[in-house]
Amino acid sequence: MTNLLRHRLFWPIAVLVVLLASNLVFSNNFFSITLQDGHLYGSLIDILRRSAPLVLVALGMTLVIATGGIDLSVGSVMAISGALACLLIGDLSNPDAVGPVLLVVGAAIALCLVFGLWNGFLVAVLGIQPIIATLILMVAGRGVAQLITGGQILNVRSEPYRVIGAGYFLAVPVSFLIAAAAVALTVALTRRTALGLLLESVGGSPTASRLAGIRARRITIMVYVFAAAFAGVAGLIYSSDVSSADSNAAGNLIELNAILAVVLGGTALTGGRFSIAGSVLGAVIITTLDITAVSVGVPVETTLLFKAVVVIILCLAQSATFRAKVFGRFGPKRAEVPA
Amino acid sequence: MLRRLSLAVAGGLLLTSAVAGCGASDEAGSGGNSGGGGDDKITLGFSQVGAESGWRTANTKSVQESAASAGIDLKFSDAQGKQENQIKAIRNFITQRVDVIAFSPVVESGWGTVLKEAKDANIPVILTDRAIDDPDTTLYKTFIGSDFVEEGKKAGQWLVKEYEGKSDPVNIVELQGSPGAAPANDRKSGFAEVIKADPKFKVVASQTGQFTRTDGKAVMETFLKSQPDIDVLYAHNDDMGLGAIEAIEAAGKKPGTDIKIITVDAVKDGMTALSENKINFIVECSPLLGPQLMDLVKKAKGGETIPQRVITKETTFTPEQAKEALPSRQY
Repeated sequence: MTNLLRHRLFWPIAVLVVLLASNLVFSNNFFSITLQDGHLYGSLIDILRRSAPLVLVALGMTLVIATGGIDLSVGSVMAISGALACLLIGDLSNPDAVGPVLLVVGAAIALCLVFGLWNGFLVAVLGIQPIIATLILMVAGRGVAQLITGGQILNVRSEPYRVIGAGYFLAVPVSFLIAAAAVALTVALTRRTALGLLLESVGGSPTASRLAGIRARRITIMVYVFAAAFAGVAGLIYSSDVSSADSNAAGNLIELNAILAVVLGGTALTGGRFSIAGSVLGAVIITTLDITAVSVGVPVETTLLFKAVVVIILCLAQSATFRAKVFGRFGPKRAEVPA
Repeated sequence: MLRRLSLAVAGGLLLTSAVAGCGASDEAGSGGNSGGGGDDKITLGFSQVGAESGWRTANTKSVQESAASAGIDLKFSDAQGKQENQIKAIRNFITQRVDVIAFSPVVESGWGTVLKEAKDANIPVILTDRAIDDPDTTLYKTFIGSDFVEEGKKAGQWLVKEYEGKSDPVNIVELQGSPGAAPANDRKSGFAEVIKADPKFKVVASQTGQFTRTDGKAVMETFLKSQPDIDVLYAHNDDMGLGAIEAIEAAGKKPGTDIKIITVDAVKDGMTALSENKINFIVECSPLLGPQLMDLVKKAKGGETIPQRVITKETTFTPEQAKEALPSRQY
């Protein structure tokens, strides 16, 4: 029992279960999943579908945070990628052809890779603090997105593009499949190769890692490129979901939600050890929280408070020091660093 | 770490709000002071918020065009979303001795000093579109802009008429604007005031869609699952309504038929959906207050008394009217 309690994903899972259970009590048909026009339909499906952008951004953020950095520019990168995609699709002679749309998607992601390189360059080569380095793009990037859209909301009518965020493949939401593939890729790269170990060592101590023969600089650049690429895909999902690019609203404040997801998942902001499963879980919790607030009918004025209370409870529950003080009898005193 | 983070957050918010204004603003001064007027030509100094949306761009255009056609010399300044720019612009207008100053305040507070300077210089000030929060109402001649409560009422009145003579309960879901924003508060209360007269109207769920399409869609998706029976959707702007339409379609229902939709704003995208019968009724919130503004400017210059509050001329649209109005829609 104590082992279970001390597992670092125990509390996030517990909170998720409580949230879902409260829906069982307070809202109708929350758990019903039906087939609607040939695709799955239900609140649980909504959670999977709508978590996708946040999961992607949180994945990138996890890797960046593991190296001891932080990336504030992900929201702006989302806005840019959606804006560019919608602009280019608007210029296509046949927006319903799959090939050109794929090219557009590739171009948008390529642009994001460049922005990731830029962030990595500032942090790893020029040695600027990550929070400052990425703040530049966070601010300027929103401007770039607005420049692309001309400050207006760009609408597109393209069936292939719509599929990314609002479509279904074999009755399963495509955005969920994309996020799942990204998670699988990240897990494979970091846990099946030495990359994960290298990341943790760079986060633990860049200098020591360099002296031990790890190319810390290259790894640091790489994680920012990853984060930007995932943010770019998230931006495509976001804009494709409503077939339009809104450069003001896209990815607005998502960097904070992503950092929150990473922290809820048990990765410390100081770098070093990281948990991909934890971050994914964190992102799903945040989305579930959003949906629960609406489906249970929390009044608008208190929605933020409701979310804050849940998050605070979860953070406190995760703190070993807090648990030791309040439920001292549950376990022996351990000088564990709070996750 | 927490301090570092919160600092960054605060800084980020400040900076984004600054950037939000200067994204696509380049047309400052295109209305220009095309010189050469006689002494009798009225000069108007106008300071705009920025160019943050299509609505705002249309607003700017309306002011510039109607100034030209009214023969008023317009000195146009774009504040790029910053109050300090706007204060600077107003001070410039005062030193240039323009005849009338008009501006859309970026924020509600902090105008006392500069408006007092204008008053001391005997230059009448007109507020457009947004009000200021100052107890001294002599600081400005008049405030011209939309009445958001009235917009909510118009939405409610259409609904009452639509369901006239039927006694079945009508379940309404509401997509509110950003919490705390004046248009959100007022559109909600105006609507509620009208429909409360008849108990058959029931707002079964009301949540914020942040005035954006994505949130409108997301919240509507959840409404569709948690509310078994929805007859009417009332969205505080077109964008949220457009997002909700997608959610309704994904649920296998027909927007406009299975669920009746009322929105506010009447931007081009909304009007298009209205003409396709996906939206049933739109209450206009018009940015085209230029002609009315020029009228007020002339009166203010002539020293005539003008009311403290002037409401923008606004209408409402049904699908048929939308089809007619759509080809000439500017924004």
